Amino acid sequence: MNMEVLEPGLLTTVQDCGRHGYRHLGVGQSGVLDSFSAAVANILVGNSPGSPLLEMTLRGPVVRFSVPVRIAICGAGIDAHCGDLVLPLWRRIDLAADSTLRFGACRSGARAYLAVNGGFEINPLLGSASTDLRAGFPGLAGRQLLAGDRIRLADGIRPDCAEPRIARSWANPSPELDLKQPALVRLLPGSDQLADGDVLHAAAWTIGSASNRQGLRLSGASLRLRKPREAISEPVMPGTLQLPADGNPILLLADAQTHGGYPRIGHAIRADWPRLAQLRPGERVYFVPCTLEQAASLWRSQQQGLARLAIAVSQADQA
Amino acid sequence: MNTRFALEPLGEDAFLLRFGSRIDAATNARVHECAGVLEQHRPSWLIEIVPAFATLAVQVDLSQLAHDETWRERVQAWLLAHAEGELSGATSAPATVHTLPVRYGGEFGPDLDAVARHAGLGPEEVIRRHCAARYQVGMLGFAAGFPYLIGLHESLITPRHATPRTEVMAGSVGIGGEQTGIYPRTGPGGWQIIGRTDARLFDVQREPPALLAAGDVVVFRAVDEYGKPLA
Repeated sequence: MNMEVLEPGLLTTVQDCGRHGYRHLGVGQSGVLDSFSAAVANILVGNSPGSPLLEMTLRGPVVRFSVPVRIAICGAGIDAHCGDLVLPLWRRIDLAADSTLRFGACRSGARAYLAVNGGFEINPLLGSASTDLRAGFPGLAGRQLLAGDRIRLADGIRPDCAEPRIARSWANPSPELDLKQPALVRLLPGSDQLADGDVLHAAAWTIGSASNRQGLRLSGASLRLRKPREAISEPVMPGTLQLPADGNPILLLADAQTHGGYPRIGHAIRADWPRLAQLRPGERVYFVPCTLEQAASLWRSQQQGLARLAIAVSQADQA
Repeated sequence: MNTRFALEPLGEDAFLLRFGSRIDAATNARVHECAGVLEQHRPSWLIEIVPAFATLAVQVDLSQLAHDETWRERVQAWLLAHAEGELSGATSAPATVHTLPVRYGGEFGPDLDAVARHAGLGPEEVIRRHCAARYQVGMLGFAAGFPYLIGLHESLITPRHATPRTEVMAGSVGIGGEQTGIYPRTGPGGWQIIGRTDARLFDVQREPPALLAAGDVVVFRAVDEYGKPLA
C-alpha cells in the first residue's frame, strides 16, 4: 500500500502545516508554502486541512499508487495525466489501483499540491511531518523525493473504480488565489524605515532565480535605509522582508532561518503568502501598504472560506 | 510605562521585545530571564518564544485569538504584565555549564593558523585563550542547535571568510567576528574553523533535542586526537 516515485520532478517534498514551537532551538517552520491551495487539496479529499501532502515545484513527479486512491491537485496550473486522460485541478479524483499519475510542468504558478485521502505515513518529528531541507528532517529522510522512493499510504478511502473518476463539482480558488492577476502583496511596516519608502511600493520587483523555499530574492530598485544600523542578529519570521547591504530585498518564506542580521523593512501578510508561493523566477510582484487591521480581516476571511469549503464537502459526502 | 524593554510588532502575529541593540552578556541575560518567565506562564496561544542577543520574539496562534478583534491589546497587556512584573534579576537559577572537548588545528581546525596569524599569536596561545573563557550561549539560530557564544577574547576576533566553505563538518568550532560557535551538522558555513568537538549539539531522539540552551555557559577543553585532555 504505497506510492512509488518513478520520476522525482524538480523539487518534490512532503509538507504539512509546519513545525511550530522550536524556533528558540534554531529550528524553522517549514511546511507548505501555499497554505491555501494545500488546505483546499486536503479538504477536497476529506483530510484535515493541515495533513501531510506533496508539494511539487515547477515540474512535478511521476508516481504510481499500488491501491485505489482518492486525490486532489491544487495550486499552480500543472500538467497532470493519468494514462491519456488530462486531470483537472481543484477537484476530487478517484483513481483505480496501479494508476500512474504523470505530472509535467507548471504552466502558471510555481507550486502545486497533491493530496491523498488518508495521507502519507510519515513519522512526525518535533510535531510535524514537514521536510526541513536545511536541517534534514522528515518527510522522507529529510530530503526531496527521488526516483525509486516508496512512501507508505496511511489507511484511507479505497474507491471502487476501473478508471479515473473526476468529481463534477470543483473548488474555485478565486479570489483568494488568481494566477491570472498581477501579484499584489500587502506589506505591514517593518522596524527599519527606508530613506524613501515610496520606492518600495512604486517599483515592480522581479523574482530572482536564486529564490527557494527559504526566500524570494527580489530586484527592481536599490533601497536605502533612513538610518543605517549595525547588523546584530534578531528573530525573523516567514513573511519578513529583509534588506541586505546590496539594496536588493529578500522576502522570507516558510523555510526562513530563525534569526537574521539584516534590517527588516516590512512583513508580507499571511493572506498573501499563497500568492507569493506561486511566483516564478522572472515574474513580478508589487507591494501595497497595509494595516494590521486589514491583515487580520483578510486572514480571517481566508480561514472562513476554507471552513465553508470543508462544510460544503462534508455535506456533499453525506448527501 | 515600561522602561525595561520596547515592544514592537513583528508582522501580524508576532511581537519583538527589545532590551537593547548591542551584543553584551548583561543585556542577553535579561532576554533569557524574560524568556524564562514567559515560558513559565505560557498560555496555549503563545506558540514561539525566540530569544536573540538583545531581543525576544513571541509569536501567537492567530487561530486561537483572531476571533476577538481586541486580541492585540490583550496580548500586549499580558506580555507587559508578565515581562515587567516578574523581572527581578535575583530569582534566576545558576546557569548550566557544559564543558566540551575540542580537537584544535590540523584537519579538525583548518583555519587555526590563519586565526593565529590574524591575531599575531602562536596557535597554542589561540587555543589557550579560546579555552580560558566562559562563554554565554547568546542564542540558538542559523541552524538547528547552532549556539552563538558570547565572550570571545578580543584578540581572537577574526572576520568571516569572504566566500563561505561549501562544507563545514559537524562539530566544527568556529570564530565569526566577535562570536564563536559550533556547527551541529555538516553543511555550508563562513566562520573560521579552529577545531572540532564530538559533542552532539542536536539530536532529535533526545529531549530537549538541543544540547545547549540559550543562557547556558560553555567552556572548551583542548584534547588530543584520541580525546585525551592536553596538559
